[in-house]
Amino acid sequence: MGEEAGMQLNREALTRAYRQMKLIREFEERLHEEIQTGEIAGFTHLYCGQEAVAVGVCEHLSERDKIVSTHRGHGHCLAKGCDVTGMMKEIWGSQEGLCNGKGGSMHIADIDKGMLGANGIVGAGAPIAVGAALSNKIDGPDENGKLAVSIAFSGDGACNQGTTFEAMNLAVVTKAPAIFVFENNHYSEHTGDAYAVGTAQDIASRAEAFGMKVWRADGTDFFSVYDTFGEVLEFVRTPGNGPAAVEFDTERFFGHFEGDPQRYRGEGELDRLRATRDCLRKFREKVTGAKLLTDADLDAVDTDALGTIEQAVADSRAAARPQPENVLENVYISY
Amino acid sequence: MAKMMYRDAIRGTIFQEMQRDPRVVVLGEDVVGGMGTAGGPEAIGGIWSTSTGFYEAFGPDRVIDTPISESAIMGAAGGLALAGKRPVAEIMFADFIGVCMDQLWNQIAKFRYMFGGKSVCPAVIRMPCGAGYNAAAQHSQMISQFVTSMPGLKVVMPATPADACGLLRQAIRDDDPVVFLEHKFLYAMTGEVPDDPDFVIPFGHARLARAGEDVTIVASGMMVGYAETAADDLAQDGVGCDVIDLRTTSPLDEEAILDSVEVTGRLVIVDEAPPRCSLATDIAALVANKAFASLKAPIEMVTAPHTPVPFARELEGAYLPSPAKVAAAVRKTLAYR
Ligand SMILES: Cc1ncc(C[n+]2csc(CCOP(=O)(O)OP(=O)(O)O)c2C)c(N)n1
Ligand SMILES: [Mg+2]
Repeated sequence: MGEEAGMQLNREALTRAYRQMKLIREFEERLHEEIQTGEIAGFTHLYCGQEAVAVGVCEHLSERDKIVSTHRGHGHCLAKGCDVTGMMKEIWGSQEGLCNGKGGSMHIADIDKGMLGANGIVGAGAPIAVGAALSNKIDGPDENGKLAVSIAFSGDGACNQGTTFEAMNLAVVTKAPAIFVFENNHYSEHTGDAYAVGTAQDIASRAEAFGMKVWRADGTDFFSVYDTFGEVLEFVRTPGNGPAAVEFDTERFFGHFEGDPQRYRGEGELDRLRATRDCLRKFREKVTGAKLLTDADLDAVDTDALGTIEQAVADSRAAARPQPENVLENVYISY
Repeated sequence: MAKMMYRDAIRGTIFQEMQRDPRVVVLGEDVVGGMGTAGGPEAIGGIWSTSTGFYEAFGPDRVIDTPISESAIMGAAGGLALAGKRPVAEIMFADFIGVCMDQLWNQIAKFRYMFGGKSVCPAVIRMPCGAGYNAAAQHSQMISQFVTSMPGLKVVMPATPADACGLLRQAIRDDDPVVFLEHKFLYAMTGEVPDDPDFVIPFGHARLARAGEDVTIVASGMMVGYAETAADDLAQDGVGCDVIDLRTTSPLDEEAILDSVEVTGRLVIVDEAPPRCSLATDIAALVANKAFASLKAPIEMVTAPHTPVPFARELEGAYLPSPAKVAAAVRKTLAYR
């Protein structure tokens, strides 16, 4: 692994990556507040703490690359380019939302952006990603000889579903350009990976056992994610290589869902995670330490991201509500 | 009698049955809650609070917290049952039946028939189900139509805390596999529950929740409360409704439905599932076939539309049946001459 390839990014790319992470953070922090007022309906799972994974992965991708997300999907969606306001409106249940208020937090999608959906069914994403990868394979390499890829984001809980295993094997035997990104945040709902993941908290070894090349990296460090994923991508984009997997060690800063009392956490655990495992803090320390960007540069991004979220919330509050008759729309294309 | 919530009636009944019969075991995702964490086992308990305290009382052999693996949960329930245990498995949301349909449909439901009546598979599959939480298309569904259609399964839909207790005890003691559909919205409902540790409600016997001679309303699960509210409103206007709470959809108490329709001649069926190939169409067919001469008006069905469950509040409200929709259907059938 080259010494921190991500640190070679230019100012513009660094600023963009930071902005994406910050946008996700503020999006989620704001939702955390708003949900407590009761205005937002349904189940919401926040991605706070894991931003470096979504952004470190998606900053490498283009629109022809596809991702399939999870119930904790806001970060993946934003990182893949879904419209912030459209997402916020969706979570607000507006007719103007990305999915017309039909899906909500757990079903945000934007197919044109290569975002094939958040998912309410744990483990459902990986087979879908393999299908999209098989399509990429049929389409063949681009003018540079590289394949488009499809990525399945899965958690330490989802890695226990048979669907995930089947998808991994299918990808291996068909040499599908699929990438299994495992975000190990050490919890599936209220259960620790120490209990639920039989392979000693090591998900990557499972993918390895299926015959895949695997990587492991610190998911709370943008540069570690970015660099590692660059290598994964280089491998999978090369025709004939087939799939690969990468496990990122990461943390979630909020409850499993909003309203989770989190009594399974250790004493002071959240404070410690926020102090030592915060990807935004780490990013700032690294880039200011290396004098790539200044605190003032980053502060300006912070202000901008906050403003974007503020506006998205205001727009969502004012957005058109669905009408009862809308319930019947979108079941089929032709009736 | 003791006043308690529907969820506590469920928890208490399983607990008592575990005390009574060492073959009763519980399994499911987060049924212990906190396994492998700093907080430790029972740090939180199951997400529906229907298994709180079980692990401490009965230990890991009989209270099995599973990884997220519905096929393995369902299949293991089948295997435990074939091997002589009485598993009570929880599929956290009924929607996840999609993940484990084979183990339920091709395995558990069919063992006895395929094996020529030589096997016993007393598995209870608890499935919290239904809409009302804006939980959207994959966490809100009513699946009564699937499971009721499967030969070999008994299907229970309790509408009150007392019924949850009596029917669950029957389910655990029953030698056939039982799908137990708990409506998530009923968990907080309170009601009187008999103290008798052997209180059971036999399957296949509907409950007459309201009595009246003008219209028959057939409902199950959360829809029973809607039907009762509608019936009470209509009673103010002098309209009397029989409200038949099916309690179990398989076996089905055909007699209760037919006897009532013979008196009223008018039938409204309330069903939370979409309208095609459902409990509503099933009961409508039954009545059209066996009580045709008694009918004075077309059968009315109050169901969800033929769509997935939508997210937004307004949309979910439009999707679900409601007491007002039930009352409107009653008035419609009464207006038919
Ligand atoms: C098939 C299925 N089973 C169970 C659930 C309930 N559930 C939702 S998220 C979750 C935990 C997922 O854990 P993990 O994959 O580690 O993702 P994380 O929540 O940590 O992002 C569970 C059990 C579900 N949505 N789908
Ligand atoms: Mg997890």
